[in-house]
Amino acid sequence: MHVAADDALVGVRPPVTPITVRTDRRTDDKIFRAVVRAAGFGSLVLLFFIGLFLLLRGLPALHVMGWRFFTRSGYQTLGSHPTFGVLASLYGSVVVAVVALTVGVPIALTTSLFLSEYAPIWSRRTLIALVDLAAAVPSVVYGLWGFFELQPNLVGFSTWLSQHLSFIPIFKVVSPPVTSSLFIAGIVVGIMIVPIITSITREVFSLAPPGEREGALALGASRSQMIRSVVLPFGRGGMIGAIMLGLGRALGETIAVAIILGETFAISPHILQHGGTTIASLIAIHFPSGGPRGIADLLLCGFVLFVLTMVINLVASAVVNRSRSGAGVEL
Amino acid sequence: MSTTTLAPVAPPERPPSRRRPPSPVRPHDFGVADMGLFLMCVASSLALAWVIFYQLTLLSGAFGFLIVWYALLLTLYWIATSQVVDRMTATDRVVSVVVVTGAAVILGLLLYVIVWVSAKAIPHIDLHLFTRDQKYFVLVGHNVLSTVGVAHAIVGTLEQVGFAALLGVPVAVATAVFLNEVGGRGTRLIRTVITAMSGTPSVIAGVFIYSILIINHVLGYSGFAAALALFVLLLPLVTRTTEEVLRVVPSGLREASLALGASEWRTVWSVVLPTARSGVVTAVLLGVARAAGETAPLLFTAFGSQVMNPNVFSHPQSALPLQVWTNARSADPILITLAFEAAFVLLVLVLILFVAARVLGRTRTGSRRSRRWRRHDPSILGPFDLQLAPVSSDAPTEGGQP
Repeated sequence: MHVAADDALVGVRPPVTPITVRTDRRTDDKIFRAVVRAAGFGSLVLLFFIGLFLLLRGLPALHVMGWRFFTRSGYQTLGSHPTFGVLASLYGSVVVAVVALTVGVPIALTTSLFLSEYAPIWSRRTLIALVDLAAAVPSVVYGLWGFFELQPNLVGFSTWLSQHLSFIPIFKVVSPPVTSSLFIAGIVVGIMIVPIITSITREVFSLAPPGEREGALALGASRSQMIRSVVLPFGRGGMIGAIMLGLGRALGETIAVAIILGETFAISPHILQHGGTTIASLIAIHFPSGGPRGIADLLLCGFVLFVLTMVINLVASAVVNRSRSGAGVEL
Repeated sequence: MSTTTLAPVAPPERPPSRRRPPSPVRPHDFGVADMGLFLMCVASSLALAWVIFYQLTLLSGAFGFLIVWYALLLTLYWIATSQVVDRMTATDRVVSVVVVTGAAVILGLLLYVIVWVSAKAIPHIDLHLFTRDQKYFVLVGHNVLSTVGVAHAIVGTLEQVGFAALLGVPVAVATAVFLNEVGGRGTRLIRTVITAMSGTPSVIAGVFIYSILIINHVLGYSGFAAALALFVLLLPLVTRTTEEVLRVVPSGLREASLALGASEWRTVWSVVLPTARSGVVTAVLLGVARAAGETAPLLFTAFGSQVMNPNVFSHPQSALPLQVWTNARSADPILITLAFEAAFVLLVLVLILFVAARVLGRTRTGSRRSRRWRRHDPSILGPFDLQLAPVSSDAPTEGGQP
């Protein structure tokens, strides 16, 4: 059938007549491209607007406090002597994020190694779905669980740490209760960021070239040696990016932290003891209160959080995208 | 260690004095004896941890004990295996144990959270939960669980998430089509920004909608404002997953469509998107599942309410996560029970969406078609197919040349 059609064409068509090829796009395609491009650039505009409006609406707070906004803490926005600022919240956010990464990164990396290297092939799809499910569990549920279930079980551990490792300043407890601490909030957030880190590192690990893997195994490497010499070096960029994305997520985790943390505005290095605050939990807890000045304060805090996480995430996603596309990992 | 394993490949460089001749190392071999060794290590480390923890140092606390026991287990297991087999295998097996532990911890915690919430909620669930709101709850007085429910929150969540999906899905799919099908200047920047946006704290989305619409009374506190905030959250999530799905669509299909003279939008609309349909549906459902569980963006937008408000466009509305948050913060035991029940309903909702996404996603991108193609892909062919493949695939082209 093909033969017949081709022969017929060859027979009919004069051999050297130039055919015209349209290189310009049709009108409908131009419209299509414009619409789709608008959607694409819409996200850039959205991002810009988020930053712009948070700053604009937060400016009144800066007018009241000036640069002291960044060196003070508290939420006393009413009255003639307002004192509020972002410092303690910023500190708390960072502490929670650091604890979360300490807990979450080892679990996430081993989980993704398990999913990409160890788990039997038939079980992988199910296991990956389960880890993704852990990311879909609402943060308020993690918060409830952390406050009502995990905390009573962790108090013993916190006490143990404070009794036996109190020579390390962060484990020292000056004022006794060890509930609702930055430490416990950090652990819950650490559990919450595991699926996010895992999903990226698993993908990056499974992209390690099969030739190099088989080469390492053929040279007599055991599985762990193969992982150390092939999988981890190839996935380094993705790992760094994934951890940074996890950091961004941990800095911004709101509800779980707000449920667990007992709010105080002290900046204390003793993370085991009661109290603390993070930017996101400050916003969630105080939202309707504090009058217009309070709202402006919260919006400005939101702006600080937005800029902080956006910078981290932009760097992280640039790193992840580069390592995912294969650039930067040639050996 | 590596020299012995390299030895068979390069015989002249082989070190002369080694007792054991280089036998093929198979650390994967894990028989009954190895299992026994591992179990014995578990038992002995448990005993040792008990002695150290409770008899010698007088420490206490379950978590501390677990940590000491785990460290002892790894050490003992390494020593035992290196005595019985060799060091390389010992290291490999200890690493295996660590890796399996990591995965077991996170899966175990997931199960723990789900079972715990279910156990807290299921005994109290009755029909009133789905038919009543919290109107009849009085702060001081005699409250009965059967007079209150979370129907208002269920309605709120469904409406808000529905509207968010209605707004977000077209934009997200269009953005994904732009990134994957059209491209051009700015693609990389937008892709990076989308990835970064998907990690933006969810509270920011609510604060943003508040600062742009509600603070100047363009919009009141309402379910629609919440839907807009969820839209901001949903957009990067769905875009990212959809783009991954579109990337898998074979470019041969696009080229065939374009070569037949179809326009670009025709190709996308009739070829690319239908091929990726199940994947796109999965992406949307996963995004919706994530958005449904978010509390923080609703604080500044839906505001929350104790009574049923089916009108999404005016007056504050409640939502399941919001109800969990406000009820859990109260001191009343009835409200806290109600918070657990609401959390359970929310969890079930998320689970349904999640399972639906997975089931629909299992019918993979053009599964029937890919099975047909596999017959022509020599890399996946069996020995018998190899003889047939060149004939069947080359026949038309050979015949086509005059």
